[in-house]
Amino acid sequence: MRNRLFSLRQLCIAVFATLSQIAWAETDNWQLNMFKGVTPLSKDMYDLHMIAMIVCAVIGVIVFGVMIYSLIHHRKSKGYQAAHFHDNLKLEIVWSVIPFIILVVLAIPATKILMRMDDSRDADITIKVVGSQWKWQYQYLDQGISYYSNLSTPYAQIQNTQDKSQWYLLEVDKPLVLPVHKKIRFLVTSNDVVHSWWVPELGIKRDAIPGFMHEAWAIINEPGTYRGQCAELCGINHGFMPIVVNALDEQAFNQWVQAQPKVEDEYAAQTAPTVPLKDLSYETLMAKGKDKYEQICGACHKPDGTGIPPMFPALKGSSVAVGKPISRHIEMILNGISGTAMQAYKDQLTNEDIASIATYERNAWGNNTGDLVQPKDVLAVRQSNGQAPKMVNKVQAGGLR
Amino acid sequence: MSQSMAHHAAHDEHHGPAQGKGVFGFIKRWLFTTNHKDIGTLYLWLAMTSFFLAGAMALVIRAELFEPGLQFVNPNFFNQMTTMHGLIMLFGVVMPAFTGMANWQIPMMIGAPDMALPRLNNWSFWLLPFAFALLLSTMFHSGGGPNFGWTMYAPLSTKYAPASTDFMIFSVHMMGLSSIMGSINIIATILNLRAPGMNLMKMPMFVWTWLITAFLLIAIMPVLAGAVTMMLADRHFGTSFFDAAGGGDPILFQHVFWFFGHPEVYVLVLPAFGVISEVIPTFSRKPLFGYHFMVYATVSIAALSFIVWAHHMFTTGIPLGAELFFMYTTMLIAVPTGIKVFNWVSTMFKGAMTFETPMLFAIAFVFLFTIGGFTGLMLALVPADYQYQDTYFVVGHFHYVLVPGVIFSLFAATYYWLPKWTGKRYNECLGKWHFWLSVISVNITFFPMHFLGLAGMPRRIPDYALQFTNFNMVASVGAFIFGFSQLLFLYNVIHTVRKGKKVEEPVWEGAHGLEWTLSSPPPYHSFTEPPEVK
Repeated sequence: MRNRLFSLRQLCIAVFATLSQIAWAETDNWQLNMFKGVTPLSKDMYDLHMIAMIVCAVIGVIVFGVMIYSLIHHRKSKGYQAAHFHDNLKLEIVWSVIPFIILVVLAIPATKILMRMDDSRDADITIKVVGSQWKWQYQYLDQGISYYSNLSTPYAQIQNTQDKSQWYLLEVDKPLVLPVHKKIRFLVTSNDVVHSWWVPELGIKRDAIPGFMHEAWAIINEPGTYRGQCAELCGINHGFMPIVVNALDEQAFNQWVQAQPKVEDEYAAQTAPTVPLKDLSYETLMAKGKDKYEQICGACHKPDGTGIPPMFPALKGSSVAVGKPISRHIEMILNGISGTAMQAYKDQLTNEDIASIATYERNAWGNNTGDLVQPKDVLAVRQSNGQAPKMVNKVQAGGLR
Repeated sequence: MSQSMAHHAAHDEHHGPAQGKGVFGFIKRWLFTTNHKDIGTLYLWLAMTSFFLAGAMALVIRAELFEPGLQFVNPNFFNQMTTMHGLIMLFGVVMPAFTGMANWQIPMMIGAPDMALPRLNNWSFWLLPFAFALLLSTMFHSGGGPNFGWTMYAPLSTKYAPASTDFMIFSVHMMGLSSIMGSINIIATILNLRAPGMNLMKMPMFVWTWLITAFLLIAIMPVLAGAVTMMLADRHFGTSFFDAAGGGDPILFQHVFWFFGHPEVYVLVLPAFGVISEVIPTFSRKPLFGYHFMVYATVSIAALSFIVWAHHMFTTGIPLGAELFFMYTTMLIAVPTGIKVFNWVSTMFKGAMTFETPMLFAIAFVFLFTIGGFTGLMLALVPADYQYQDTYFVVGHFHYVLVPGVIFSLFAATYYWLPKWTGKRYNECLGKWHFWLSVISVNITFFPMHFLGLAGMPRRIPDYALQFTNFNMVASVGAFIFGFSQLLFLYNVIHTVRKGKKVEEPVWEGAHGLEWTLSSPPPYHSFTEPPEVK
């Protein structure tokens, strides 16, 4: 019996080892097991997961074995006479104590790993991760770099009108770039609702709680691209806010840092550009506007501009999108509307982006105002004030046409 | 547990009340009934209706997830489906179904004529249809229904939620009222109306588990009511319980919610344990093994369920000490749960088993619930939980506990007691078809979800990356087979009630207990004279 059990355990280990090798292959469409990952913690998590699975499998084999044995042999149809025993104190104590001991054995490695996870001291680099509906912002606190990372899968692929690319829904416009072999500390928080920053191969899942900041850490051992997704339901586009991490060696990372615009410069460039802004053609604005709109605005206001009233008002025929002054329209995009889901985009979008979106909104879906919003108009609004627009009644805003 | 009975009631032949003529008479009878069997029937039909409704919602989810890309529904509607599916399956299917079973069975099992508080009983039921009408009406509101998941995490459910959320909040209040009153009634009945000689340690396991469940409900439903009321205040009255900007904390919501939410899990599963502990001894023709330990295990599970709630929140950044505490307490639950499983297996061991439909479902329960228990143990290990949390692994885990666990126990209970309730025999062949289709498809549906979660698929997403396609397709196919197999159950129940063959006594050869001493169907008032239990 003992021999048989032992070989069974060997078999289990062999099976799981094969499974884990399968898990290593890139984009395995039949991946069965957890990622082993590339950080010390993700490897610890994987090991703990395997230990727990083997323990459960062994217990399962024993319990189900006994059960199947009696299901086969102790049948009335085989003329088996029922026994009458119904109590055994010793047995009850045995099967209370043995599981307890197994649990203690499992708890020891779990506790050790947990204590290591909690120790984010002596980090080499600190990255602040800010979740907002439905994108991630990465701030390199020591390097002065800050940018948003948006889903880059085209809307047409989601709508099945275009073939899906290899990294469908797991690709972003600007990935998070990290150095390898450095202790990286993440400070995770949120601007609006609860999100969760999860990259399986880094062994990090940390909820982003608005108003609070929590830590996580990683040391990436291999350069590469690692992908993850938001793991906490955060509204309509919860499924569309992926995370892409590019891990580079130190030299490449430093080069990348050098090439990035610094935070102050980028914002300053938008309010006081050094080169004069060029006017764009209607076609250019509309094409770019459509892309940006579907990527950013479409989740709430719908690709056809009908919105989901009353939470997310329609833009089709709305007083904002067809009314005057146009500056009010631009203000709403720049500053958002406090107390609603409409967030401020002034630090997320360039003048050109906002100009295209506004042009698109004023001319799409039968909003045929013929208005052209140029980057310089956006700049003018940016420079004129920093106040959130107030709700204005339709008459003052120019009314509906 | 000897329940030899000394009761053979002289049954009068009328099994129902006088009913007036026409639709009006029908409505009057069911609206004003205070009879435990009538109310039990009402609860059970409500649960059956909700089961198909919430099941249809699950099929919408699985249809959308069959392939990557958005095909049938938009993400907002998808989120409404996940929210409603969860809320209705919990509050509209499992809880009313078990309350219905409690209404039917508890008076018969303890030798009482009816429930202790019949009018309260009527009100507890009749709150529910209105609560669910209110909840469902939100789907048609402008702005859509609640779309933040059944867990309603703030601030998604407060500042960012659709206007219809207030209706959901009020509906949750009504459900809470109904549950609390139902529980008071069950406790009062069990503690006061037991037949002479039936002391607590002679009560059937189903009665025991319900007694404990009722106490759990009384403890937790006010907590849920408090949580949703705080949501309401945050939404409209300018408070900031869950808003850091005003000095509150979004995590407070999660603490309060899961203080309700975790014992709620045991509210769903303890009566299921009770059912299984009735069914297995009957068809093994052998008394329940370790009755006393079964009772102690149930009590300890219930007690532990109050100190494990933060295991739903390991990734929220709770401090190390709290993570360790909640990990240890959660792991500890495996001990009493293990005792239960071991005792069921020992009950079967050396029995003389037959495999009628109730027994088949009970055996599947023991197998598949145990698998759900294993993944539960894995989830308790905090470092590994960081990779499981909020993924399809969790979805796989709790569906294993709730579908082949709780829902199968409801099927077992229905097939087991239906002949007693109606006096008619269900179609055994159809029952077996229902079982085999269900047990196969349930595994096809939920087992691949573990793989998806481990491979990195988060839960509650309407669209997914390409490498998750294969297992999602498998799961969706399984879900549709499972969903449509349940129509066999519906047909079987309706057919039994209307045209079933008259049952012969004894209904089940190996069944013991007071309810089996009554005629089938039992008289309208179960025990007008208390039976003597030795």
